[in-house]
Amino acid sequence: MAGDYKYKPTNGFTRWLDSRLPIWRMVDEQVLNFPTPKNLNYWYTFGGILTLMLGVQIITGIVLAMHYTPHEKLAFDSVERIMRDVNYGWMMRYLHSNGASMFFIAVYIHMFRGLYYGSYKAPREVLWILGVIIYLLMMATAFLGYTLPWGQMSFWGATVITNFFSAIPFVGEAITQWLWGSFAVDNSTLQRFFSLHYLLPFVIAGVVILHIWALHVPGNNNPLGIDVRGPQDTVAFHPYYTVKDGFAIAVFLLLFFYFVFFNPNYLGHTDNYIPANPLVTPAHIVPEWYFLPFYAILRSVPDKLMGVILMFGSIFVLFFLPWLDTSRVRSAAFRPIYRQAFWIFVVVCLGLGWVGAQTTDYKIFDLGPKTDVVEQIVEKAKADNVTGQALEAVRTQAEEQNRRAFDATDLGRILTILYFAFFLIAIPLIGVVETPKALPRSISEAVLAHGGSSQPARPQGAHA
Amino acid sequence: MRLLALATLSLSLLAAPLAVAAGDAKHPEHQHWHWDGVFGQFDRGQLQRGFLVYKTVCAACHGMNLLSYRNLGDEGGPEFPEDAVKAIAAGYQVPSLDEDGQPAERPATPADRFKGPHPNEIAARAANNGALPPDLSVIVKARHGGADYIYALLTGYKDAPADMTMGAGMHYNPYFAGGQIAMAAPIASDDLVEYADGTKATKDQMARDVTAFLTWASEPRLEERKKLGVKVMAFTFVFALVLFMAYRRLWRDVPH
Ligand code: HEC
Ligand code: HEM
Repeated sequence: MAGDYKYKPTNGFTRWLDSRLPIWRMVDEQVLNFPTPKNLNYWYTFGGILTLMLGVQIITGIVLAMHYTPHEKLAFDSVERIMRDVNYGWMMRYLHSNGASMFFIAVYIHMFRGLYYGSYKAPREVLWILGVIIYLLMMATAFLGYTLPWGQMSFWGATVITNFFSAIPFVGEAITQWLWGSFAVDNSTLQRFFSLHYLLPFVIAGVVILHIWALHVPGNNNPLGIDVRGPQDTVAFHPYYTVKDGFAIAVFLLLFFYFVFFNPNYLGHTDNYIPANPLVTPAHIVPEWYFLPFYAILRSVPDKLMGVILMFGSIFVLFFLPWLDTSRVRSAAFRPIYRQAFWIFVVVCLGLGWVGAQTTDYKIFDLGPKTDVVEQIVEKAKADNVTGQALEAVRTQAEEQNRRAFDATDLGRILTILYFAFFLIAIPLIGVVETPKALPRSISEAVLAHGGSSQPARPQGAHA
Repeated sequence: MRLLALATLSLSLLAAPLAVAAGDAKHPEHQHWHWDGVFGQFDRGQLQRGFLVYKTVCAACHGMNLLSYRNLGDEGGPEFPEDAVKAIAAGYQVPSLDEDGQPAERPATPADRFKGPHPNEIAARAANNGALPPDLSVIVKARHGGADYIYALLTGYKDAPADMTMGAGMHYNPYFAGGQIAMAAPIASDDLVEYADGTKATKDQMARDVTAFLTWASEPRLEERKKLGVKVMAFTFVFALVLFMAYRRLWRDVPH
């Protein structure tokens, strides 16, 4: 499909270059004139936003690394020197720290978009899998980066997360110590984390190139989820989508800049401005917001190893998604049942995020006193010859102190089950039982039905 | 509509950290600060007064090792005149070496870091009943509630409730997690300092002023950040508008 358009060198120099290094051919065929479906909506602008954010993170990161010192005694102060004494150092740091959050906002929207429009289905399985690999790399990079300022959350977050590996039977401890480069999280850990944090974004950049390559073989999916039938269904990427993506990027930047310039520490933890101290455990160790749903899944399982397996499983299940889905219709716009399941799944993910931010015993509903415990206490008081008013007082106090509650862990368990049920039960099953709506014959037919060429352009997709 | 949905989604994601429980301490009330809001900047006079409170009261126990005396003259800070900064610095003796390379002392210069009250942690604890007075350089960013919390802590000391058993040398403060703090109320009476600008040094005034000073110390680039932020946002907004119009124009004749 990408093959309809062919680049023709126009002058002597480009002809000469084209037969030696056809780089301009690539730019012309793969970017400028790449045939792109006409009907992409704003949810499709997040790929471009992600590319920009990767660039922002790499550039600001390189500048920060010029001034940062990866040493347990110096790291915290070196970050503060960047904030205080380096010209625009505060801006570099706030761009980088808030940039990580914005990167994750964008990637989550990008992934939910893929889920909604069935972009993971044939022939885009490899594209999707590369996306999941990018996502895993992003999480690793963000985790490593968060340890670098060597504040309390850096240190304790690193301790908690590296301890996951100690749950592995037999070799857990050896692996954990190998990761630490020591017998505890300390200077060796910090130095290797810095080294890897510098490396991984370039690995991500490499996988992004593969991701876009894998995109350009089948071409973009689109909100209708049907294949492009010919040139009448597409426009050239440039200027049509460069300008549309550009607008979306500018709006996204407004949100980004709001945080950077007016609320730069909102998305972070105050504890990370306390220098790391291995002797003082913070009251409440919480990961960054983008890890909260996974943290909730981890904590919803009483057994440590199972918790870790489920947590990693919740991401690995994404690799199998293309084969779990039994429906051949891509877009949720034509799948009434799947569409509802999708929105429930979104709520489940947000719910898991909320649970991840609470203490495990956070009470959501009170379910009344634990009658058996209360009775025991009352019986014991009776045996001690407590009677009348005094006995009633004992009962009231016992009822107040021994209550059953539906707490954050309970909610987390339900949501964890729903999370996996979405992938392992709902997705395979819905494809079998659901009757999809009739698909339009082509993109151009569908968009013409929505309003003719005389209408001003409206950003609309099939599911509006 | 799409954008609205998008904004809602991102906002609900962002709201997550808000839900983090703040422990059992009393929530500090929001105060009105001079640097609040998009255009808010520091009150120069207040920062200078706050420094005086820090220097006279808090510095007996708390260091601020990320600051140098020169910072007191920095733009966006208290902006003490150059000779005032020099005079403040010269009031402290810092370790140095004499001509024979032997340990000696010399008066500090603006380039020196703030001199802390204690040579090391052991000494600091010994002087404070075993408790460690934290360095105050980034304290406002290191506590939930920021400036509101610091002000509430300084002004929130009360008699302990009857049913609370206080540890030895501990003081009741409902804003402090656990309610028991090793620091005695540092601003317990009026007129601990005499303000050069004639402001009356009430307890409340001193607490506010020192909180302002600590806020600047934690975030010395706040003014620069907000000023640049307004320009960057304005530019990006106009840029987005231009792109939007270009987009409408370009796609006008393309059904999509
Ligand atoms: C007599 C010594 C002393 C003086 C003077 C003093 N402090 Fe403290 N301060 C302490 C000690 C000790 C602690 C540690 C308390 C604890 O951890 O229980 C502390 C803790 C603090 C904290 C941290 C509270 C928390 O949330 O952990 C702040 C903020 C603070 N002091 C501010 C000030 C300010 C502002 C002043 C000057 C107005 C001041 N202190 C004067 C001894 C002092
Ligand atoms: C650094 C991170 C990433 C970058 C820079 C990136 C970049 C892009 C770009 C530029 C596009 C084309 C524009 C678009 O459709 O939005 C795209 C499409 C796509 N991406 Fe990503 N991506 C990233 C992460 C991911 C992740 C984590 C996933 C899923 C796990 C993913 C899945 C997809 C899919 C399925 C498509 C095709 C969408 C369609 O055609 O409907 N991407 N990506």
